[in-house]
Amino acid sequence: MLKRIYAIFRARNLEFVRDRGSMSWNLILPVALMFGLSFIFSNERAEYTVGVLNADTSAVEHPFLDTRYIEFVAIDDRDDAVRKVARHQLDLLIDLGAQNQYWINPDSPKGYFVEFALLQSDEGIGGTISRSQIEGDAVRYVDWVLPGILGMNMMFSSLFGVGYVVVRYRKNGFLKRLRATPLRAFEFVAAQVASRLVLIFTFTTFVFVGTKYFLDTRVDGSYGLLLIILLLGAITLVSLGLLISARVTSEELAGGLLNLVTWPMMMLSGVWFSLEAASDWVRQLAAIFPLTHILNSARAVMLDGAGLIDILPELTTLAAMSVVFLTLGAVTFRWHPR
Amino acid sequence: MRVYAELAQEGNLTHLALVTTTDTMQIALEAKNLVKQYPEVLAVDDVSFAVQEGICFGLLGPNGAGKTTTVEIMEGVTPATRGEIWYYGTPAGKRFREEAGIQFQNTALQDYITVQETLQMFQSLYDRRADLNHIIEQCSLGALLDRDNRKLSGGQRQRLLLGVALVNRPRLVFLDEPTTGLDPQARRNFWDLVKNIRDEGTTVILTTHYMEEAEILCDEIAIMEAGKIIIQGRPNDLLHQHYKNVIIELPIAEFSGDLSSLEHRVLETQGVIEIETNNVNDTLRELASLTSGLNRMKIRQPNLEDLFLDLTGHSLRT
Repeated sequence: MLKRIYAIFRARNLEFVRDRGSMSWNLILPVALMFGLSFIFSNERAEYTVGVLNADTSAVEHPFLDTRYIEFVAIDDRDDAVRKVARHQLDLLIDLGAQNQYWINPDSPKGYFVEFALLQSDEGIGGTISRSQIEGDAVRYVDWVLPGILGMNMMFSSLFGVGYVVVRYRKNGFLKRLRATPLRAFEFVAAQVASRLVLIFTFTTFVFVGTKYFLDTRVDGSYGLLLIILLLGAITLVSLGLLISARVTSEELAGGLLNLVTWPMMMLSGVWFSLEAASDWVRQLAAIFPLTHILNSARAVMLDGAGLIDILPELTTLAAMSVVFLTLGAVTFRWHPR
Repeated sequence: MRVYAELAQEGNLTHLALVTTTDTMQIALEAKNLVKQYPEVLAVDDVSFAVQEGICFGLLGPNGAGKTTTVEIMEGVTPATRGEIWYYGTPAGKRFREEAGIQFQNTALQDYITVQETLQMFQSLYDRRADLNHIIEQCSLGALLDRDNRKLSGGQRQRLLLGVALVNRPRLVFLDEPTTGLDPQARRNFWDLVKNIRDEGTTVILTTHYMEEAEILCDEIAIMEAGKIIIQGRPNDLLHQHYKNVIIELPIAEFSGDLSSLEHRVLETQGVIEIETNNVNDTLRELASLTSGLNRMKIRQPNLEDLFLDLTGHSLRT
């Protein structure tokens, strides 16, 4: 069995590696995106941003809220907002409710000026607000978007690199030829998964190491956990690709179906922007996509230093999705058009 | 034991040859009451036949006759609606898949993979293995080993696909229209390959709509039409059973008289008049008075194409 899996695995790898166009694209796209975004977002954001807790319930209209050139954002989740202050994503967080408190990161240059303005305003109404200090390094956009770009590349590589290829093999009769050998469907599928895993691991590692070296991207958590997320995420996405391509015989239809899956993931899984401000139903919808769980867990590890327990729900969801996709894919798999 | 009287033609001499076969030869593959019903067409209609070990068995018929569907059911890649395939006395299963070699009518190979890598990859899928060097020599692939599959000509590609069908040292090889699209020279070279394979003891099941191919390669044939086998036997036996005459062919443009005066079976196909006769001399004398000349005349033995035409009323190529 292993001999047959290896034979298909090796041939598929050779086919991919010698297809210079496809291989180059898998490398060039994420690298170009990372360096392009790094250049575009190299300047700090121009505005000052302050999060406001209990803005609606506040009895007093604090004069600080009238300060010009500061954007005030209503906040519901205090812990999340505090984390953003630590990452310099918010310059200051203020609670105008009963707590009458604010949080500041002393390492944030913009936080320093915002705090100055706050204290000036507060003095005018008695100067009772209390100070909490948060520590943490700034998270740049490139740090935040790196998991998104790697995940997006992984998604395209898995879905199109497996799903589309299987449909092409089926359409041109190559699968039918394999069917006439002792090769079993499970062995063929296993070889495809293994081949794509190796390629995804290689390319993702290459881009990851490159961005780490050249852009000094942030990784607070464990590299081992990132490897687990990478492998489990890739298996889930490859399985989804196999499921989509299990019966399709037209490359055009396969392309349409794959786009139908990839575009919503691109827009709703948090590749480019956070969904924190989105409505609940959008976030619930995003939870059905494997890429959402891949990115959530990867960002948690890379930006927040999350541990295995923290990301276990995401990993469990990915594992469950893999089992469902692989099972359905194997049951519905068809070697050749009828 | 059976004894066949077979006419053989050597130069201008015709003689009887005695051919013997024995009933103890093993049945390699047997199709039993195969039926394939698609939603709108009955592709295979209760087809049964047996293929003896070591022969080249030809399944003939026009496009759409059901040959490929029948063969794909036998190969195990298309499920039958009803019926069974038996391989050496047992239902075809794992052993059959291990011991059968298959060349499909249309098979794509992986891009960017060389001929040698293709042979090696397919060989790795089997426990039974042939000597690859022998296959490379047999199929004349030596000069192509490092060539990308995409850069093979039609004939080279068919030789590679035949090589792929042989990587497991098969006891039985299916060749589905293997020479379709090849030029005459490549086709003749391919016939030599098939003869060699059969001569080495491998059973060959060939589907084709080229009658010449079947006459040259096949020890036994079955002709299919509309999903059924309409006749089966050894090519020479079938021709001897159906024809005692020869055929004179002459372009219709050469005729100036009334053809109905001829007391022979006359047929017109594609601008050529075919006259069946058992007395060439007398018929030629009759024709001399009806034609402007006999310079473009041909005299030939009836072939399988004629047999199919007689049995079905239309040509194999339609």
